[in-house]
Amino acid sequence: MKLLTHNMLTSHVKGVSKGYPLLIKATQVKVNEVDFNPKFVSRMIPKLEWGALVQAAEGLGHRQDLPGELVSDYEQNEDFLKKVHRILLEVEVMEGCLQCPESGREFPISKGIPNMLLNEDEV
Amino acid sequence: MDSSMENNVKTVRRSKEEKKVLRKQLKASHTLLKHEGISTAAQPTKSLVVANGGLGNGVSREGLSAALKEMGEVEGLVMPPHKPYAFVTYRSEESARNAHVHLNGQMIQCGDNSVTLYLSYVESVTHEEQTSVLLPEGLVLVEDFVSPEEEAVLLSAIDWSSTNDDITAQKALKHRRVKHYGFEFRYDNNNVDKDKPLPAGLPEECLPVLERCVSSEHISMMPDQLTVNQYESGQGIPPHVDTHSAFEDTILSLSLGAKTVMDFRHPDGRVVAVVLPGRSLLVMKGESRYLWTHGITPRKFDMVPACDPQSSARSRPDLGTQSSLTLSRRGTRTSFTFRKIRHEPCRCAFPSACDSRGAPSTPSPALPPSPPTLPCCRADAARLEEEYVHRVYDAIASHFSSTRHSPWPRVCHFLASLPPGSVLADVGCGNGKYLGVNPDVIAVGCDRSGALIQICAERGFHAFVSDALSVPLRTASCDACISIAVIHHFSTQERRLAAVRELVRLLKPGGRALIYVWAFEQEYNKQKSKYLKESNKEHQGNHSPTSEDSQEPHGKSSIHISSHLEDSCRPDDSMTDVSRVTDGKLSVHTNRTAFNTQDLLVPWHLKEGKKRDDEESGDSSKKGKSKEKNKKTSHNSCSASSLNPKTDPSPGSGSRLDTSDAAHIPDCKPSPSGNTTQTSSSTVKSELESSPAPVFHRYYHVFQQGELEQLCAQVNGVKVQSSYHDQGNWCVILQKDGL
Repeated sequence: MKLLTHNMLTSHVKGVSKGYPLLIKATQVKVNEVDFNPKFVSRMIPKLEWGALVQAAEGLGHRQDLPGELVSDYEQNEDFLKKVHRILLEVEVMEGCLQCPESGREFPISKGIPNMLLNEDEV
Repeated sequence: MDSSMENNVKTVRRSKEEKKVLRKQLKASHTLLKHEGISTAAQPTKSLVVANGGLGNGVSREGLSAALKEMGEVEGLVMPPHKPYAFVTYRSEESARNAHVHLNGQMIQCGDNSVTLYLSYVESVTHEEQTSVLLPEGLVLVEDFVSPEEEAVLLSAIDWSSTNDDITAQKALKHRRVKHYGFEFRYDNNNVDKDKPLPAGLPEECLPVLERCVSSEHISMMPDQLTVNQYESGQGIPPHVDTHSAFEDTILSLSLGAKTVMDFRHPDGRVVAVVLPGRSLLVMKGESRYLWTHGITPRKFDMVPACDPQSSARSRPDLGTQSSLTLSRRGTRTSFTFRKIRHEPCRCAFPSACDSRGAPSTPSPALPPSPPTLPCCRADAARLEEEYVHRVYDAIASHFSSTRHSPWPRVCHFLASLPPGSVLADVGCGNGKYLGVNPDVIAVGCDRSGALIQICAERGFHAFVSDALSVPLRTASCDACISIAVIHHFSTQERRLAAVRELVRLLKPGGRALIYVWAFEQEYNKQKSKYLKESNKEHQGNHSPTSEDSQEPHGKSSIHISSHLEDSCRPDDSMTDVSRVTDGKLSVHTNRTAFNTQDLLVPWHLKEGKKRDDEESGDSSKKGKSKEKNKKTSHNSCSASSLNPKTDPSPGSGSRLDTSDAAHIPDCKPSPSGNTTQTSSSTVKSELESSPAPVFHRYYHVFQQGELEQLCAQVNGVKVQSSYHDQGNWCVILQKDGL
């Protein structure tokens, strides 16, 4: 699971009203080189929940020095875009789980894939 | 191609039309070289390859031959089966040049088809003569067994108008009509009620014929059961072995009326196509009766030996030698099958095919052990989907994925229309084939099948496992959603509705969703879907999954066990039900045929990624696949301009002799997921490979026209922006209301 995916995922357990963001409990994290496309990254930024991204990056020890608040004029800031690129697309949680902040329900991550299936009584 | 250039030097100025012909011809020769290994010659020779002028394009030998002969004396014409081209060799080079000048770019009319021919010189005509195939052991064909007078008498003895089916058990089956005498053959259990003879015994008109069968020692006992089948052009019978326990050894089949081609298949993959002329008697005994399946591919043309077909059929009833084949339009054929009821268990030498020894009798199509019923409450629905959707996709994931390689154009068009930076969710993304179509969007996919999501992850896509009814994405977070071939896997309307609601929930205001579901109507605006078409070509039988893509919605699974709707204990359908099986059991669909019910089980014939040496054949995975795909496209490009859509019910536009109809042999010979674009070699190979493979059944609810729109109309806050029919699927584009 890359942090881009994490940024979009939310807990969907029945009755939960604040299921976002999911907490990451990683036991294995890897970093893959991915081609850097500044345009794509800067288009992605406005779609993100910035706070959740920084928090997730922090939790995995990959925050670099990203600011807690989104800077303006990032389109031209290649250094900044590279960092965002790194945490969004290169850092990948391979093993571990995602935890619902409200109910505590854990969703396993195995081989890099989060399994978000719920049991019958959770929907 | 140089030659053509040279040729065209003469014409100082080429008209637009001429340029077009030249372009097409160049393309055709490229295609031939690339895919058929046929290299065209630069200098004029005596031989030409005639692109588009092949049996595979519906061009008959007679038609082509007539056109070619006008150009000079033809020494030889080779029309390889199922190929879109032919080779002609002229006595002189001059004639060949003449043909090149005058026929290149010309249209010829063949039956309902017209195609444009493109000619190129070739050094020599290489033609692999196939070694003659022997008839199956125990099979005897006696031509002219009855006289034309007897034929007339026999045919008039069968009164099809009779409505009293108690006496003769007359039935109109899907693909033919049938009448039983003596005993009724029951298609539900493939057997006869031996203690319930029918009031009508065998028609007395048959007696002289049967006595002759005895006196000529084809049989030793008089038959006591007769099944009369009548096949219109285009109809057939799936491959089967007559149930061992029901009938004694020798089976007689008398062909009356038009000739046809019957395919015999051995479990080891051997296939023998036998021409059955009118008034001939086919005697099936021993291995040919007990072990080989026989069947008739439903189609309108057969490939038969050229020239006097009667006489060459006489010397060589099998079509293994293919040097001179042509097409023969089928007419109505009536067969009289005489059998003797067996009262003791069968003790044949072929236990693997013997139901007396526990082998399955040939039900067609293979049924799951006990077909489920349509669910009537949520828990049932969830269980049904769990067993008949989720587990199946997990089990077939890799084979399934290998058949899902090419995205559908109109889905791609939707994806391409999304502005850069859009957030896209593919709910039920299968192997992720749409996730990378538009690299400028931020795409995430989810699917119910972990095995399929694993494939997505390996391809580097953002994907997670989830259910389509409960997608763990933030509300209003997506600019677009797609749900391609997913919602038809939900077994109640509530659940289908819930799936649409969930998609809409994900959308931002103004966001759009594209939904595809499989259509009940596989024929729309008089156009058959590819799913049906391919059956015409190669017929239901072929089991190569290669172009599954076009046959089925690229099914995906993404379903779940839950519905946040109220329980409602009715299967519901606001639409009129087309027909639901009376006992409530879901029926099993015969692949590549029209649907006759909306809720059904669709067989998937698994070909495991076997480690046989030939990656690119048969089952084959992407490699073979994409190759085939290329081939298809390029064939099209060579023939496209000419190959008008009408070619469709064409004879053998598939690939080989009409043998490609693997079908429902004992319960699990890979069958239906046919494909037309195979090369003969790979088809044959795959056939050889086809050891019995497991069959899985997936539940589908196929949508009637208007049903998808109606479903979406029940969801608040969203409008149907457009809806259309695309290759046997109903499709809508929804737009969520703006702020």
